Amino acid sequence: MIHSLPNYIDMKVGLFIPCYIDQFYPQVGIATLQLLEKLGCEVSFPLNQTCCGQPMANSGFASSSKGCDKNFVGNFRGFDYIVGPSGSCVLHIKDHLKDDDRPGEAEHIRKNIYELTEFLTDVLKIEKLDASFPHKVGLHTSCHGQRGLHLSSMSERNLPEFSKPEKLLGMVKGLELSHPARTDECCGFGGTFCVFEEAVSVKMGKDRIAEHAANGVEYITGYDESCLMHLEGILKRMNSNIKAIHIAEILNSNA
Amino acid sequence: MKTMKHAEAAAQFISDEPRTDWHNETLWFVRQKRDKASHGLPEWEQLREWASQIKHHSLSHLDQYLVEFEKNAKANGVTVHWAANGEEHNRIVYDIIQKNNVQRIVKSKSMLTEECGMNEFLHSKGIDIVDTDLGERIVQFRNEPPSHIVLPAIHLKKKDVSDTFHEHLHTEKGNNDPQYLTEAARIHLREKFIASELAITGVNFAIAETGGFVVCTNEGNADMGTHCAKIHIACMGFEKIIPKAEHLSVFLRLLARSATGQPITTYSSHFQKPREGQQMHIVIVDNGRSKQLGRADFRNSLKCIRCAACFNTCPVYRRSGGHSYHTAVAGPIGSILSPNLDMRANADLPFASTLCGSCSNVCPVKIDIHDQLWKWRQVLVAEGYVDTTKKVGLKGMAFLLAHPSLYRFAGKAGRTVMRLFPWLVNNKLNPWYKQREMPAPPKESFREWYLKNKQS
Ligand code: SF4
Repeated sequence: MIHSLPNYIDMKVGLFIPCYIDQFYPQVGIATLQLLEKLGCEVSFPLNQTCCGQPMANSGFASSSKGCDKNFVGNFRGFDYIVGPSGSCVLHIKDHLKDDDRPGEAEHIRKNIYELTEFLTDVLKIEKLDASFPHKVGLHTSCHGQRGLHLSSMSERNLPEFSKPEKLLGMVKGLELSHPARTDECCGFGGTFCVFEEAVSVKMGKDRIAEHAANGVEYITGYDESCLMHLEGILKRMNSNIKAIHIAEILNSNA
Repeated sequence: MKTMKHAEAAAQFISDEPRTDWHNETLWFVRQKRDKASHGLPEWEQLREWASQIKHHSLSHLDQYLVEFEKNAKANGVTVHWAANGEEHNRIVYDIIQKNNVQRIVKSKSMLTEECGMNEFLHSKGIDIVDTDLGERIVQFRNEPPSHIVLPAIHLKKKDVSDTFHEHLHTEKGNNDPQYLTEAARIHLREKFIASELAITGVNFAIAETGGFVVCTNEGNADMGTHCAKIHIACMGFEKIIPKAEHLSVFLRLLARSATGQPITTYSSHFQKPREGQQMHIVIVDNGRSKQLGRADFRNSLKCIRCAACFNTCPVYRRSGGHSYHTAVAGPIGSILSPNLDMRANADLPFASTLCGSCSNVCPVKIDIHDQLWKWRQVLVAEGYVDTTKKVGLKGMAFLLAHPSLYRFAGKAGRTVMRLFPWLVNNKLNPWYKQREMPAPPKESFREWYLKNKQS
């Protein structure tokens, strides 16, 4: 339900669904799309998108991701905003998207791409949501969204505190939010790090989970499905009752 | 002996999980002390900015400031030596020892001498150095390198220290009482200080306008060494230079807070000129620094003041231990400095990170550590230091992702999904699957859903 028709109704939003969400977590894409539409955006999903190129670049192969970059620009030019439910993919585009043939369009994309919670907070300036999720939820603060996109303040810095995802979760009826003891320690996913440094990666994930478990959470949520996929993989192996859920699914839920 | 790569050494470290937890907690405690100290200073972020700018300025005017420093130090009666590399540095120190015919030598902590392999070199010449920093003495007894630049023996527990002291200092077996053990070390080291003929120290800051330098320790061991010995050799990397004494007011406030959460190091000792009858030498070392200075993307790494805040905050370091980095300077900063010294040997290190960025956030001189890790990865791949299986896999992936129809085909054909997400193979050899379940494959991709439900 839309309460009142907002004035951003004409905004053309390109929906960016990272490859692993497309392939393994379609429900996150669906929730993102439905949420944006509910809030009055005109959303389309360019059909030939694949990936942001981050897995290659973070492994040292940025020079091999030119084709991927071009494909991205081809898909996402011409939108007012590009929105994706993944902090790290969005950060990668913001920092590294290049297209020598269409530099202006690449620049427009870099400047107008938003991670979902950032878009809801800074562009749509959402103050209330018609959502309810009566559960105990722990927030995982993924690094690239936090330290790269500044979705929230960082424990290392001596600057005022804020959190965009937390503010949104605060609008969800019935949701009881908790933080792990180390509020913003990395979960250990790290792209290909998760396989090349398997032992450290899993240990980091287990440690994050232990802190959430100590808070008695039913769900761990976040704005980066890649981190959640890693945590979910460990949770399932541990036969834990805790489930991982993307923040888009919570913000779109109406239990 | 073949050095183990970081991932392998880290896996070995983690196989003792309780010990890993203890290591992680201990260093996290130091990080928390740092947070408390830094959050208590409203001007913290401003100090970091100043420190970063002073270093930026100094690194851009090294020619001027190093020469000014040399001139002033000489005028103070100090002998200044220049060493192009570690070998030359070691040779200079050796010559001074030889010329003065001394045997009893003490050294306070100097990461530079570790970097140059000085102890090993002198040992091969029959000269033994006594490390006087408590942690360094412990690892020296054990014939191990330090695992942390500020807390060299942080990988060891009380019991390990007790066993080591029992063996070398004949303390009671099984007595793990820290006070007892420290007392034993104190007595042992006092004897070494009193007898010492030559003292080697590092340098934390060298001041161009005065020709003086500052050495920071918490144990006072630099002072005790240099006060007793008739020769003092101070070894410094050339990036330790700062223009003026007043700049110390920025760095000394940042250093100890970042390192341990103390407002200031217990001893910030200022050395200006030799005492009467004493010789004072300064060895200024390059050892790859000018090369790093010439790498536009990496020159900022030379701003480092060796506080180790980036170690303590690093979630990977805390869970893999300093030795897994197989270099004198471990942790995030070591991973951006070491490839400069030897790309082949250290090609694994820039990959030993999730790029979480916490290191850059704590760094008191604002080095963009995690961005440099990323940039080193690009350099190492371009220069061919990354193994070929990784290369083939990632190039294949890049090709697939540049071709939407192939990508979709790969996604559909279950078998080839491995091409796209090679870590998602359901077998025990696969590092993802070893301790993690794979995501359950959905019945349709998002795109398929979209075509069915949104487009007609
Ligand atoms: S890089 Fe920065 S945080 Fe790390 S040791 Fe150097 S000064 Fe300290």
